Amino acid sequence: MTDTAGPPVAGEVGLPILRLDNITKRFGAVSVLRGVNLSLGRGEVLGLVGDNGAGKTTLVKIITGFIRADGGRIFLDGKERRFTSVDEARSHGIETVYQDLALIPQLSVYHNLFLNRELTTGGFLGLLSNRRMRSLARQYLDDINVNIPDIDAEAEMLSGGQRQAIAVARASRMPGVKVLLLDEPLAAMGAREASLIIDLIRDMSKSRGISMIVVDHNYTHLFEFCDRISVIQQGAITWDRKTAETSIDELTEFMVWEYRRQVMSGRVEKVE
Amino acid sequence: MARRETAILVVAVVMFVYFWVSTPNFVGYNNLVTLSQFVAPIAVIGFGEVMLLTLGEIDLSSGTIFVAMPFLAERLAAHGLPLLLAIVLTVIAGGAVGAINGLITILLGLPSFITTLGTLFAIDGVLLLATNATEAGMPHGATVGTVFGIYSWSEILWALGLCVVMYIILHRSRIGLHVVATGGNRNGAAEAGVPVRRVVLWAFVMSGLLASLIGVIDAIRVGTIDPGNTGTTEMFYAVAAAIIGGTAMTGGRGTQIGAAIGAIVLGILYVGFTLRGINANAFILILGIAILVAMAVNVQLGRVSQRRGGRKKAT
Ligand SMILES: Nc1ncnc2c1ncn2[C@@H]1O[C@H](COP(=O)(O)OP(=O)(O)O)[C@@H](O)[C@H]1O
Ligand SMILES: [Mg+2]
Repeated sequence: MTDTAGPPVAGEVGLPILRLDNITKRFGAVSVLRGVNLSLGRGEVLGLVGDNGAGKTTLVKIITGFIRADGGRIFLDGKERRFTSVDEARSHGIETVYQDLALIPQLSVYHNLFLNRELTTGGFLGLLSNRRMRSLARQYLDDINVNIPDIDAEAEMLSGGQRQAIAVARASRMPGVKVLLLDEPLAAMGAREASLIIDLIRDMSKSRGISMIVVDHNYTHLFEFCDRISVIQQGAITWDRKTAETSIDELTEFMVWEYRRQVMSGRVEKVE
Repeated sequence: MARRETAILVVAVVMFVYFWVSTPNFVGYNNLVTLSQFVAPIAVIGFGEVMLLTLGEIDLSSGTIFVAMPFLAERLAAHGLPLLLAIVLTVIAGGAVGAINGLITILLGLPSFITTLGTLFAIDGVLLLATNATEAGMPHGATVGTVFGIYSWSEILWALGLCVVMYIILHRSRIGLHVVATGGNRNGAAEAGVPVRRVVLWAFVMSGLLASLIGVIDAIRVGTIDPGNTGTTEMFYAVAAAIIGGTAMTGGRGTQIGAAIGAIVLGILYVGFTLRGINANAFILILGIAILVAMAVNVQLGRVSQRRGGRKKAT
């Protein structure tokens, strides 16, 4: 990357790192995304808000190459990309913390951290370099202040918060990360663990220049670390403001107003 | 060694000592050879089943592959191919049959229980049609035959070697880690980029390779091959050995060492009972009880380890 001149102002300098153009997706008869337009600036942290079932997770999984969009275009660094696999998206610097965390209960902390990017001795069989993975995992978790006493413990033995921390550590671990997608990364966390992850998010955007989309329901959290907030409703972006130019109250008011409008419109099918 | 394997090892040792003390000739040379020849095929077919059970899959056709593939080697040799080449081609063909199992399973999204139930009968049908249901004599070239079954201990030595290889693959290699990951949380593994369908396909291929290899070795040892055998007994023993040895059917955990010890336990019971003149029906009953006890112990150990905060060892 060439933007070494400190953290750029959100979404204003140059091309956005990521731009979605009219993304659509249906599952069977259900239209989940109905033309999502969204752009993410370099180093920007974008909060994505929306009711359950609004399509946030689906959108995240489309960006990571886990599911394919039906229509629309994705631009990364100004180039149109069609990722056909998670590996391919990763090789372009897109990393993800999935809502379900994608951890393997029976694998150790360090094997989970290196899952699908295992260090091996190379060769035909690909023997695991467990000692190297173990010590690198320990080192990385210490670096980001995540406290996991036993790195050999199986993931199923950890608390919900610890598991979430592992998933965040896994996604942020690689040096080449450009875009980090975090789907409800704070959901199972206590206050102390959450503040740790929030610090990590801040640090990754400020000192590593990583751009992020963070899905979360907690507006207070979002206003702490986001440069901008977008609301997705019924598969489309309906509201988009810089946090500096809006407030928690304004966002709350919008969401409540929208909620009332939907209730009042009752069961009438909306055509968009 | 993990707790599950230790538990079954203790059972095996206790049983061995019991028959040693109580049954004359149990540790005699001939009897130990018989024991080893009973154990080897069950263990090796079991290694493939462990891989599949760890994935949350199963191969019901493995025993039928074990029975059917030696006929291919016999035919190839009869057409003038050197025995070694015939064996190699047969083992590869076994892998291809496994690939068919895997492809049907992943492409049609069928449970492998159904897929391999179907292929079990299909393979058996092809075998009966192709052979007219008549037995054949298995060729055994000099050196090649000695290595592949004629030497008394060769079958168990193959089983030992394959146990080491399969252990390394499942517990020390990248593909093994992906097997555990896919079996433990298939969707999560896929989200992390693990090619889960390819992993499943690969495990079915392994099962086919192992079953056909040990099938040929067993056939050369016995000398005749009989298409009347469906191979389901061998398959069920292999699955039983895997389960008794500590592999769970729920996926995510498996051990080939456990399966090998499980096969030894079955062998000690079978050979010990035979030697004491106890009828074979009792063996079947004991086998049933052993599977139930093993499953109960498995579930119990799982609970204990969760309460204590888990085993230290990974994978
Ligand atoms: N694989 C799928 N098959 C069918 N429907 C799906 C699938 N994934 C998500 N959906 C549906 O799409 C809608 C949006 O889901 P999701 O993206 O998970 O929403 P959110 O993350 O905003 O809660 C929901 O109605 C959900 O039931
Ligand atoms: Mg979601």
